[in-house]
Amino acid sequence: MSVPEPMIVFDGVEKRFGSNVVLHDLSFTVSPGEHVTLIGPSGSGKTTILRLLMTLEKVDEGTISVGGRYLSHQDKGGTLVPADERYSREVRKRIGMVFQQFNLFPNMTVRGNLIEGPTRVLGLSRDEANTRAADLLELVGLSDKIDAHPTQLSGGQQQRVAIARALAMHPDVLLLDEVTSALDPELVAGVLALLRDLGETTDITFLCVTHEMGFARDFSHRVMMFDGGRVIEDAAPEQLFTAPEHERTKSFLQAVLDH
Amino acid sequence: MPLWDWSYAFSILPDLLLALVTTIEITVLGSVVALLLGLVIAVLRRARIPVLDQVLWAFVELVRSTPLLVQVFFLFFALPRFGIELSAFVIGVLALGVHYATYTSEVYRAGIDAVPQGQWEAATALSLPRSRVWTGVVLPQAIPRVLPALGNYVISMFKEVPLLLAIGVVEVVNEARELGSETFRYVEPYTIAGVLFLLLSYPASLLVRRLERRRVSA
Repeated sequence: MSVPEPMIVFDGVEKRFGSNVVLHDLSFTVSPGEHVTLIGPSGSGKTTILRLLMTLEKVDEGTISVGGRYLSHQDKGGTLVPADERYSREVRKRIGMVFQQFNLFPNMTVRGNLIEGPTRVLGLSRDEANTRAADLLELVGLSDKIDAHPTQLSGGQQQRVAIARALAMHPDVLLLDEVTSALDPELVAGVLALLRDLGETTDITFLCVTHEMGFARDFSHRVMMFDGGRVIEDAAPEQLFTAPEHERTKSFLQAVLDH
Repeated sequence: MPLWDWSYAFSILPDLLLALVTTIEITVLGSVVALLLGLVIAVLRRARIPVLDQVLWAFVELVRSTPLLVQVFFLFFALPRFGIELSAFVIGVLALGVHYATYTSEVYRAGIDAVPQGQWEAATALSLPRSRVWTGVVLPQAIPRVLPALGNYVISMFKEVPLLLAIGVVEVVNEARELGSETFRYVEPYTIAGVLFLLLSYPASLLVRRLERRRVSA
């Protein structure tokens, strides 16, 4: 049996903010197409993992690789040096991210948001990018909003456009950072249904931080429980949600489910 | 001799209007320098490049802490010593432009700082090149916010152009002074000069106020 090359590798990663160590000597791998959900109390370091992958933060120790290439570092004549902007931009093209606050560009229409990356980064023609944008808007159910401005959309609609914007880059890896936390409760279901659909119909590797345990359970292949900057439990969702091994996981799940 | 002589006033009006054209030219060109250079300073300072950042900071503080008139004289008398021969008009444009660039750079900075961090992060997540992040995402959001403040600086600059009479630029007030010295009638030319400034500044400031209101209601 051949083991597939991992899509994401964290090797001995440490991240500090000042004297506060938010990730301790963290090592894990994620296989291509795997859906991994990161759970844990706030401040446990799970969002930091997504931000490191998006190069919004720099690692202090250790290395991160994506698709077999270093992300945080680059190989210069056999020695690893911190990656420069140009190199890391090249590697992170394969990674997309959807944010809690959507972060659509308010100075552009929905169409403008969707074609920005494909035309400016992937080098698609305007026609190609427009076709891709129209297809994606159909997928997220917002075809009639192509010429709307983000401010004219509801939170749920904005988040679906943000998902379409990330997909327009044809990412291998999609990072979901609490994508339903800022939404009104009645809008959450639509966004989660879209993500479930993407999970089933694409081979994208998902890394997901969420407080929606029901979603985590049926979307993920694997759940990692974080506490104090360490992984304390890493298991299939059926295992982790029904028979958690650690006391800390039990009490966390209890607290979240009671909520 | 009456305090105000209408026929004299009308006779000098064409000369004053002609000089007003010079004033407007200097304001427009000076504004171009101030708006572009200020933007360059603001964007460069945001990049926090060591040494360059300190140099820019020192330059901005120096220019803001010394009188414009001193800067005008400095350029007028010092540049020729470095072999740079420029007309008084060009020196006026440069002095006003550079002086106001240090103010507009702060205005731009405030506008840039007001763009949410999430916008930078979304641009990074799309791997947009640095230049496109500025031109496509950050500046189109930052500049509309600060247009009223920039407009106010343009109006201020317009009213400071008469300072250039110190180096012999023939703008409105200098023209008024020369006309007065020919006839020893000063009230008409200076009054007309003042009225001409009023006629342009006041509508311009109303325009800026409307811009401000539109920003608030938007």
